[in-house]
Amino acid sequence: MQLAKVIGDVVVTRKDDALHGIRLMVLQPLAPDGSAIGRTLVAVDAIGAGVGETVFFVRGKEASFPFYPTEVPTDAGIVGIVDQVDVPRT
Amino acid sequence: MILARIVGTVVATRKDPRLVSNKLLIARPMDPHGKAEGNYLVAVDTVDAGVGETVLIVSGSSARMASGMKDCPVDAAIVGIVDAVEVAAGD
Repeated sequence: MQLAKVIGDVVVTRKDDALHGIRLMVLQPLAPDGSAIGRTLVAVDAIGAGVGETVFFVRGKEASFPFYPTEVPTDAGIVGIVDQVDVPRT
Repeated sequence: MILARIVGTVVATRKDPRLVSNKLLIARPMDPHGKAEGNYLVAVDTVDAGVGETVLIVSGSSARMASGMKDCPVDAAIVGIVDAVEVAAGD
């Protein structure tokens, strides 16, 4: 799983039937210090995250598991909203 | 999933039997602001997308979960046509 900031959302009218009723959010992956790292991506939201929140998300087929038994065609899904990250300095 | 713009089509006569009657499109990944990034890819179309449209592409084994793609040899599938991308100011 990876940390990310929700920076926006995507409006999609015409889509795979299994995606209906599921929110699609734009994520910017983050390093533990909060700086942006890597490319933005679109993820399904299984939790109810909002724009501006820090979340963690899962990549791969596992991203569809929160919607089981519906087989949602997604390779990224938000599975938690982060309250706090502590990284002790080494 | 990634955002991408459709830039072309692919015609392939000889292909895996499970790909027959599937439309293949060439897509260029882009960031939420519309700027192209990364390499072109060929994706199977499940939502009737066309050249010039912005789409949502699912990659990896999840692409097989797109409608009608069960057990097909694909690693990228177009699963939505994007109407709008809203990005918070400053991001």
